[in-house]
Amino acid sequence: MREVELLVIGSGPAGLCAAISAASSGAKVLVLERNFKPGGQLIKQTHMFFGSESQYASHRGVDIADILLSKIREYGDQIEIMLNATAVGFYEDNVVTVLKDEKEYFKIKARSILCATGAYEKSLAFPNNDLPGIYGAGAVQTLMNVYGIRPGDRVLMVGAGNIGVIVSYQLLQAGIQVVAVLDAAPRIGAYLVHASKLARMGVPILTSHTVKEAIGTDCLEAAVVCEVDDRFQPIPGTEKRYDVDVMCISVGLSPLNELLAMRGVEMKYVPQLSGYVPLRTEYCETSIPGIFVAGDASGIEEASSAMAEGYLAGLCAAAGLGHVPADFEQRKQTYLKQLEDLRSGPVGDRIRAGMKISQL
Amino acid sequence: MRIAQHPILTFDRGKEIHFTFNGQPMTGYEGETIAAALHAAGVKVLAKSLEKHRPRGFYCAIGNCASCQMIVDGEPNVRTCITLLKEGMKVETQEGKGKIQ
Ligand SMILES: Cc1cc2nc3c(=O)[nH]c(=O)nc-3n(C[C@H](O)[C@H](O)[C@H](O)COP(=O)(O)OP(=O)(O)OC[C@H]3O[C@@H](n4cnc5c(N)ncnc54)[C@H](O)[C@@H]3O)c2cc1C
Ligand code: FES
Repeated sequence: MREVELLVIGSGPAGLCAAISAASSGAKVLVLERNFKPGGQLIKQTHMFFGSESQYASHRGVDIADILLSKIREYGDQIEIMLNATAVGFYEDNVVTVLKDEKEYFKIKARSILCATGAYEKSLAFPNNDLPGIYGAGAVQTLMNVYGIRPGDRVLMVGAGNIGVIVSYQLLQAGIQVVAVLDAAPRIGAYLVHASKLARMGVPILTSHTVKEAIGTDCLEAAVVCEVDDRFQPIPGTEKRYDVDVMCISVGLSPLNELLAMRGVEMKYVPQLSGYVPLRTEYCETSIPGIFVAGDASGIEEASSAMAEGYLAGLCAAAGLGHVPADFEQRKQTYLKQLEDLRSGPVGDRIRAGMKISQL
Repeated sequence: MRIAQHPILTFDRGKEIHFTFNGQPMTGYEGETIAAALHAAGVKVLAKSLEKHRPRGFYCAIGNCASCQMIVDGEPNVRTCITLLKEGMKVETQEGKGKIQ
C-alpha cells in the first residue's frame, strides 16, 4: 500500500492552493483528481471573476487554473497530481481507496488528509426530469467551453442565480438560443451586471415560474412551465409550452463531502452553507485531528474563498505534520484576514452566520 | 454540433480519433471525452436505467452522478463524461447494471 504524507482529494482551486501552501512549508503532497484534467470548476469558466486581487479577480476562471498549475510545477515532485483517480472510500486508519481509470482499485494511506471535493449541482423534481437533454447548467458549460460542442439549439434555463445567468450568457456567446430563464423566486438571484446583460440581449427572465413537466420520448422535446404563487404552488391556467431540446437545471449547489461523513467526521446540516458540512475549527480542521476540509466541500461559496481556505488549510495541515515555516503565524493571519474580507459586507451575512454554526 | 466560431475561445481540435458506437464507426477528436464526442455526433442516449429502462444521457459531466455510464471495450459502468476517447475504442449503450467480465 502506498503511503503519503499529505493527501489532498480534489484539484479545484481549494485543492490546488492547499497543495501549494503545504508544499511551500516543506510537505510532500499527493493530489487525487477524478477528472482527466486538474482545475475543478475553473476549467469551464470563461468570464472575468469577481473577488479581490489576491485571488486573481478580473482574470478568467480558466486562466486562474493555469496560474495555479504553473505554481504547482515549481514544486517538482514534491506535489504529484494523480488524474483519473476517484477517492471512493475513507476509512478509520486514514486509508483512502481509489478507483483509477475506471478499473484499477487500490489503497493509499496518508498521515494527514485534506478534502477539497467541491460541490454537485442539485436537481429538481418534475415529471420526466430524467430525459436526456436535461442537464446541469455546469455540464452544459463544460460541453460548450471545454470541448466547443453545442449542447443543442434551443435552451430553457431553470434558475436565475449567478450560475444560471452566466451560463445563459455563455450560451448566447456560442450562438445558441436561450428561450427563457426562469426562477421560482420572485426576484432574480444573480448579480445585476450579469442579469442586465441577458435582458439587453432580449432573453426574458421569468420570476415566480417553475417547470411543470418535461415532454419527450427518447430525448427532451418540450417543457411546460407555469407561474407559482407566494407559497411556490403552481397557479393553474398559467401554463406555457416551450419547444426546446435542452433544459439546464441551475437551482444551486450542495457541498460534496460524503467521504468525510464516511470517515466519521462530525457533520451538521447548515442551510446557510447549502447542505451538510463538516464541523471545523477556524483553521479548517474537522472533528478528527489531521483531517481538513476546504472550498465548496465545506460550504458553498466562491473560488476566491476556496483559494484562501485552501492556502490556510494546507498551511495548517503541513504544520500538523511538523512542517512549521518561520513565517507560519504571519501567513496564517494573512489568510484569515483574506477570508474575513471576502465574507464581509451584506453579501457575506449568510456565510458568516453559517460559519458560526459550523465552528468547532 | 461543434462550435466553429466563438468570441473569446478558440478550440484547437486535436487529431481525429476513430471509435465505434454500438458497432457503428464514429469520429471524434483527441482531448474529447467519450460523452462529448458522442454528443457532437448527435448521440444523446448513453444508457438505459436499471429498472424502468428509461433513456439516460449525461447530467453532471464531472463524474458525479453516474448517468453517463456505458460499456467501453467490454468494461461496464465507465463514466464516459470523464473518460477520454482513444483510438479504436468500442463504446456500447449500457442496459441495466452491466456484467463484470
Ligand atoms: C458558472 C459558475 C460561475 C462562477 N463564477 C465565479 C466567480 O465569478 N467568482 C468566484 O470566486 N467563484 C465563481 N464560481 C464558483 C467557483 O467556481 C467554486 O466556488 C470553486 O470552483 C470551488 O472550488 P473547490 O476547489 O472547492 O471545488 P471544485 O472547483 O468543484 O473542485 C473540486 C474538484 O474535486 C474533484 N473531486 C470531487 N470528488 C472527488 C473524489 N471523490 N475523488 C477525486 N476527485 C474528486 C472534482 O473533480 C473537482 O475537480 C462560479 C461557479 C460556476 C459553476
Ligand atoms: S454525467 Fe454525471 S457522472 Fe457522467
